[in-house]
Amino acid sequence: MGNRTPLYASHKAMGAKLVDFAGWDMPIHYGSQLEEHHAVRRDAGMFDVSHMTVVDLHGENSRDFLRYLLANNIDKLQDAGKALYSCLLNEQGRVLDDLIVYFLTEDNFRLVVNSATREKDLAWITAQAKAFDVQVIEQPQLAMIAVQGPNAREKTLSLLNAAQHDIVEALGLFYGAEVDDWFVARTGYTGEDGFEIMLPDTQAAAFWQALAEAGVQPCGLGSRDTLRLEAGMNLYGTDMDETVSPLVSGLGWTIGWQPETRDFIGRQALEAERAAGPEQKFVGLLLEDRGVLRGHQKVVVGDRSGVTTSGSFSPTLGRSIALARVPADIGERCQVEIRGKLLNAKVVRPPFVRHGKAQIELD
Amino acid sequence: MSEVPGDLRYSNSHEWVRVNEDGTVTTGISDHAQEQLGDLVFVELPEIDHEVEAEEACAVVESVKAASDVYAPIAGTVVEVNEDLADAPEAVNQDPYGAGWLMRLQPSSVDDVERLMSPDEYQEFIESE
Repeated sequence: MGNRTPLYASHKAMGAKLVDFAGWDMPIHYGSQLEEHHAVRRDAGMFDVSHMTVVDLHGENSRDFLRYLLANNIDKLQDAGKALYSCLLNEQGRVLDDLIVYFLTEDNFRLVVNSATREKDLAWITAQAKAFDVQVIEQPQLAMIAVQGPNAREKTLSLLNAAQHDIVEALGLFYGAEVDDWFVARTGYTGEDGFEIMLPDTQAAAFWQALAEAGVQPCGLGSRDTLRLEAGMNLYGTDMDETVSPLVSGLGWTIGWQPETRDFIGRQALEAERAAGPEQKFVGLLLEDRGVLRGHQKVVVGDRSGVTTSGSFSPTLGRSIALARVPADIGERCQVEIRGKLLNAKVVRPPFVRHGKAQIELD
Repeated sequence: MSEVPGDLRYSNSHEWVRVNEDGTVTTGISDHAQEQLGDLVFVELPEIDHEVEAEEACAVVESVKAASDVYAPIAGTVVEVNEDLADAPEAVNQDPYGAGWLMRLQPSSVDDVERLMSPDEYQEFIESE
């Protein structure tokens, strides 16, 4: 038996098909992954992401610590509640994990890291925190529900009390706020508007049920993956890991190069890699022939090659798409080897879909 | 609960076989198999006249999640494939024993069909899995 989130019984009752995900029994779908995907693009869907690891940093040196720990620059966060996406790098400039950090107060920042990397991350962060006298405290009592889609905000807001409602309604994109013992953020992993809501585990099942009654479709990890892929968002362990740098993972934009005086873990290695010019780059692929792109397929570019890191059928586009690490000078076309056959693909710039609409040319 | 029609035979890799009046057999994947795979988005079928061995991987069904091989339940020659699935792979989910059929074979020996599982045996097989 794997770990169970506070919503395990709710998933069973709603007919979820459960699978093991990083040691957790998680819903893959509740009947149809495609319908769940479309619900998020067209209306509203909800995901149990309670398996993710929430870590609070406490201490007056928290900002100094994050300035050193993260590849992105924590000083971009000047307003309370603002969120930042960043890579956690090792000294070699390779990706230990990706995370979201929220600025709560100067002596309290909140990190959300991946569950599959929980132990490694906690050990790394704790070890690095010692020199800064910052306390690293996991928050396992928090459940997390992501509500996503064009109608996600409205449906969520309808369930909040007056005090919560006004604070949450006023949240800008990529901002969060503490509301009583909840933390609600206007963030997500689907390319749609919505919220990620952290709340005490004892309240999770009732809120999940209320969302369902408000017409929010329960969605499993299956649609979460196709939605994030369409949105051009990386998945740790698949699109990047400890063997690659953010510069060849489509994550160069998340590196806080400025100011040059900021010393962060991995900076030296990244500077050297940038100066030399990376030999690979990270692109999107649109399959032109019939078939389905998957991760780990060979991308043929003349006499050289690359590899798809994740791929799937895109329910929104009705076509197959992938993210791929390829030779840096790739042109507009390439081929992908699927079961011994070479199929034609077009090189595109992710995202593929945002706010329900195609972001790439399909012809 | 998956549907297991009483007039078909079944393989242990979840294909079904129907014997037609002209001596050919029609095959597809079972209701249980399509449920396990989830929403299908692509089906790759063999060429006409392709000769298949029993248990040979001869087609591929791809769901949103993953690609899965389909095995020939018996040896034979492919005489027809369901070309409608190119544009409507979801037919395999919606009607696995009807519009979602995959291919028609001319069996090497029609007796091979009898070696496959009966509906009762298959029902027991999927419950024990």
